[in-house]
Amino acid sequence: MRYEAPDTLEAAIGFLATDTGLSKVLAGGTDVLVQMHSDVLEPEVIVDIKKIAELRQVTSDDGSWRFGAAVTGKELMDHEAFNAAWPGVMDGVRLIGSVQVRGRATVGGNLCNASPAADSVPPMIAAGAVAALFGPDGKREVPVEDVITGPGQTCLKDGEIVVSFVLPKRPPRSGDAYLRFTPRTEMDIAVVGCGVNLTLDSDGLCIDARVSLGAVAARPLLVADAASALIGTSVDEAAMEALAAAASAACAPIDDKRGTIEYRTEVAGVLAQRAAAIALERAKS
Amino acid sequence: MSKQYVVATVNGDETELLCDATQTLLDVLRDELDLTGTKEGCGTGDCGACSVTVDGVLVCSCLMLGVEAHGKSIETIEGMATGEDLHPLQQKFIDHVALQCGICTPGLLVASKALLEENPDPTEEEIRYWLAGNLCRCTGYHKVVEAVQDAAREMRG
Repeated sequence: MRYEAPDTLEAAIGFLATDTGLSKVLAGGTDVLVQMHSDVLEPEVIVDIKKIAELRQVTSDDGSWRFGAAVTGKELMDHEAFNAAWPGVMDGVRLIGSVQVRGRATVGGNLCNASPAADSVPPMIAAGAVAALFGPDGKREVPVEDVITGPGQTCLKDGEIVVSFVLPKRPPRSGDAYLRFTPRTEMDIAVVGCGVNLTLDSDGLCIDARVSLGAVAARPLLVADAASALIGTSVDEAAMEALAAAASAACAPIDDKRGTIEYRTEVAGVLAQRAAAIALERAKS
Repeated sequence: MSKQYVVATVNGDETELLCDATQTLLDVLRDELDLTGTKEGCGTGDCGACSVTVDGVLVCSCLMLGVEAHGKSIETIEGMATGEDLHPLQQKFIDHVALQCGICTPGLLVASKALLEENPDPTEEEIRYWLAGNLCRCTGYHKVVEAVQDAAREMRG
């Protein structure tokens, strides 16, 4: 196995495009190294993308935010202004692994590992984040909800990498939140995860919302019906009931050791209500 | 397989080595540098026995390649005491009997030191959350938490 650590995107794509064997992108490595260790993955070349400046920056421009795909969870947690702007995204980032894992793991890697239960993905979907990709055919942008296509599968083409994420400027009175259900509060994998992002008008009516679910289908979901249940309401009890029903209706989970189909479907509705209540509180404060 | 030249600062000493691209930082520390205080528990980032700091950031050395350490400063359990003088955390782990078999202890100490550098006065809850990535299968965590609190008190003076 060869290790390459290029400092430009073009060079990285060059290494990934070589057809000598499997090439693998290395960001935080917290999934890739485990796969290599267990011989699930035996790459010919590892391309470390952490030396590429563009992938390591967090910047804000007139209210919108861009952060590089190789920025670590810890670096985001230490970024006060980003935490203040997107607390719900950070709810998800804070839940990834342990302190040790967050010292290395990246949101880009969490997305590209393509687990249906990845904790940073539902809040990024709810946030309306867009992934900027770069590959042999040039640049393109893909909404985060369209990146994962199934367990371990993404829409990325051969040699293509995620460069950065853009989060849109937030209107006033906006709030977001992410909750996951796990038996243990730390170091566990979501039984269900739910992200809610909403905006209120000056009268307290919800004028925009995005709701996402993790671990209840083959990929994290953007649930339009759940958002519709909130829009036009004051997020009152009736809206919360409709939200829970829509969230549960969107579930297509599997039975496994973490939870049954029935249980996940039920919990998705409850978590959606709780996440919406936190997002509402944040929108008002 | 070609070996790669790596220069890193390990516990304050500039260290040169040749390492294979497949070796983890944990492999390099233990097998190339004979720094066997850092333990391998799970090899998958779940247990924290291999905790070290890289440029001050707490990480699992099993989840990082040795070649990635090039140009970085690595701190391991071997760098914790000053000569014969134990670090306050090490002394308090002994005083509180916060260990039995000891496999998790280097990782717990390195992780606790990183905590106190970021937060010199952590609550019990903050200690428990911070150490959630360090598993102990014999003593449990109560004495560890007490030892960390006691060390933190002493270090604050």
